[in-house]
Amino acid sequence: MDNNYQEMAQSILEGDTEKAIDLARRSIEAKIHPLDAISKGFVNGINSIGEQFGRGEAFLPELVMAGEAMKAAVNVLEPELARLGSQREILGRVVLATVEGDIHEIGKSLVGTMLNAAGFEVHDLGVDIPSDVIIKKAISVNADIIGMSALLTTTMVRQQEVIQELDQEGLRPRFKVLIGGAPITREWFTKINADGYSEDAISAVKVARQLVGK
Amino acid sequence: MQPKITLLSDQIINRVLDEAFQLLVKPGIKVRNEEARSLLSEAGAHVNEGSEVVNIPETLVRTSLETVPPEFYLYDLHGNPVVAYSGDKVHFDPGSSGVTVLDPDTLEHKAAETADLIRLIMVAEQLDQLDAQSTAVVCNEVPKEIQDLYRLFIVLTYSRKPIVTGAFTSKTVGSMIEMLSILSGSSKGLREMPRAVFDVCPNPPLIWSDFGCKGLITLAHAGVPVEIVSMPLAGAAAPVTILGTVTQHAAECLAGIAIHQLAQPGAPIVWGGAPAIFDMRKGSAPMGAIETAMIDSSYAQVGKSLNLPTHAYLGATDSKLVDAQAGLESGINALIGALSGINMISGSGMLDFLVCQSAEKLVLDAEGIAMARRFMDGVKVLTEPLATGFFERFDFKGDFLKQKITRELFSKEQYLPTAVIDRNSAGGWKDAGSLDTFSRAKIRVNELIKSYRRPEMDLNLIEALESMVTNLARKVGMDKLPVDLTFPETM
Repeated sequence: MDNNYQEMAQSILEGDTEKAIDLARRSIEAKIHPLDAISKGFVNGINSIGEQFGRGEAFLPELVMAGEAMKAAVNVLEPELARLGSQREILGRVVLATVEGDIHEIGKSLVGTMLNAAGFEVHDLGVDIPSDVIIKKAISVNADIIGMSALLTTTMVRQQEVIQELDQEGLRPRFKVLIGGAPITREWFTKINADGYSEDAISAVKVARQLVGK
Repeated sequence: MQPKITLLSDQIINRVLDEAFQLLVKPGIKVRNEEARSLLSEAGAHVNEGSEVVNIPETLVRTSLETVPPEFYLYDLHGNPVVAYSGDKVHFDPGSSGVTVLDPDTLEHKAAETADLIRLIMVAEQLDQLDAQSTAVVCNEVPKEIQDLYRLFIVLTYSRKPIVTGAFTSKTVGSMIEMLSILSGSSKGLREMPRAVFDVCPNPPLIWSDFGCKGLITLAHAGVPVEIVSMPLAGAAAPVTILGTVTQHAAECLAGIAIHQLAQPGAPIVWGGAPAIFDMRKGSAPMGAIETAMIDSSYAQVGKSLNLPTHAYLGATDSKLVDAQAGLESGINALIGALSGINMISGSGMLDFLVCQSAEKLVLDAEGIAMARRFMDGVKVLTEPLATGFFERFDFKGDFLKQKITRELFSKEQYLPTAVIDRNSAGGWKDAGSLDTFSRAKIRVNELIKSYRRPEMDLNLIEALESMVTNLARKVGMDKLPVDLTFPETM
């Protein structure tokens, strides 16, 4: 059994999506509880690659591929989880978007991949998303966190706009707002009264965990 | 396809050589060594014994050029051919003969001692960008008479890499050859698989000193490679024009090659140098000047036209600190040297007109060299088709990070610098301590010194070397060598 878990972790570490899917299927056949497969197996791979990345020993392509493999494995396991009337304990729900007028995708998607791999439920709306769409989605999925990316100094004001709209509608206490993007500084974060900001995808996970108290 | 720069047309190269041959006849070369003069005389040169000026005919030099090996190797401690003086192969080594080192904490240029040389060796040993070690600094606490052989002794005991070195006196060159022979097992072994190359310098303009000639002849007989380091100073000890200086350089090298090949036809020799322009405000010899690099690139092209191995002094700076000037001069010049296809490029680590060495600059220069090497590797076809394959399941999203091939190929396309090069976000950089280049280089140097392990060596040979050097030191009043070789770690 331990070997299976190790293999699962290894498949994530290697970013081998097909192998991760195969191992997930075989774990269901072998009656391994999907939650065990995730928490004792696959998650260790994502943690390990994250640590390697933090030390400068792994690189973005490896990180992203590990994230993709993780997502694929979890997708296989989720129906079985539902069948067992159980669900993966999620760390929180995140609605993620690049703000209106801004089409930068890579950083935002990376954050999504990492949050997802860490155990967040991520609703990635994509790029160029108007404030009201972001807020509506956050309400409809009962999000814990609204994550917004902006890569331009001209579009970062949209982050402030979303926060102001939340305020006006009395929704601000319901959501933690996490911001990121190249022009985002601590000063901006303080100025617009956001709840968290991060420089990169790995620390975004840390900040998100803090925001949901996990 | 290795990218190349060439500054001279074939026509100009021919004119440089033609005028260099003219200079060898008139005014001729002052050869201040009797044996060299008689070698040249016997081969048909006209010698004026009173003035020591030798008029060397082109035919004599052409004959000598025919016997020069077009390529040879330097070997590491374990007998691997690591440095190829051949074609457009490019190698780098730290600049040598510094007399001071930059103290990384006080920023003073202090007189170098044994511990400083060892520190430089430990760092250079682990930098893959440096193919060879050099006898980087003289150890000032050691008597002058043995400083050259002592620093070679230290490098031999701390390194496995090939070595660029040189002798300071005619007496010591023999001892240094003997030291190398001890490690090679025999003088025959040294000749067959040389570990070191010796820099031998003419004195500009157009003079070969007694010491220089003795070096050429002794090393030729030993079959140990010579690197001619001709150093015309454009505007002071050489013509002010680049082409005038390149021509003088050629004449000095051609005369050296003639003496060397007459002493021992077929002995390995390198067309090298450390020229510079003369700064007309400060009267200094800036090694970081762009024109200095242009002279080097040009003379290397002349040497290559003669099918000779090449060397140059590039990648050094005249700045006194490891600062922005140091970075830009060293980086630009290292790239020019690499693109000129120069076989051995000396100068890494050097500040202050080749006077001062810095381990911190070595790790920074290693990054510049890595970038130059990446450039030299050129643009390659890594996929067929070139691009359309990447777009097969394309959805107008920047999802290339998710492609397996990205992971497979990124490290082939991209050189990944060490933490000496900052590519952090502004916030990440701040979180990491807001360090400047020099501070990051200091951290890297400390890491390298911690991870250094001495190469495994035959302890009997080390003892033999030590007792030889100790005996030579005693003769000049130093009873005990200022180095402890008894530490146990090995690589």
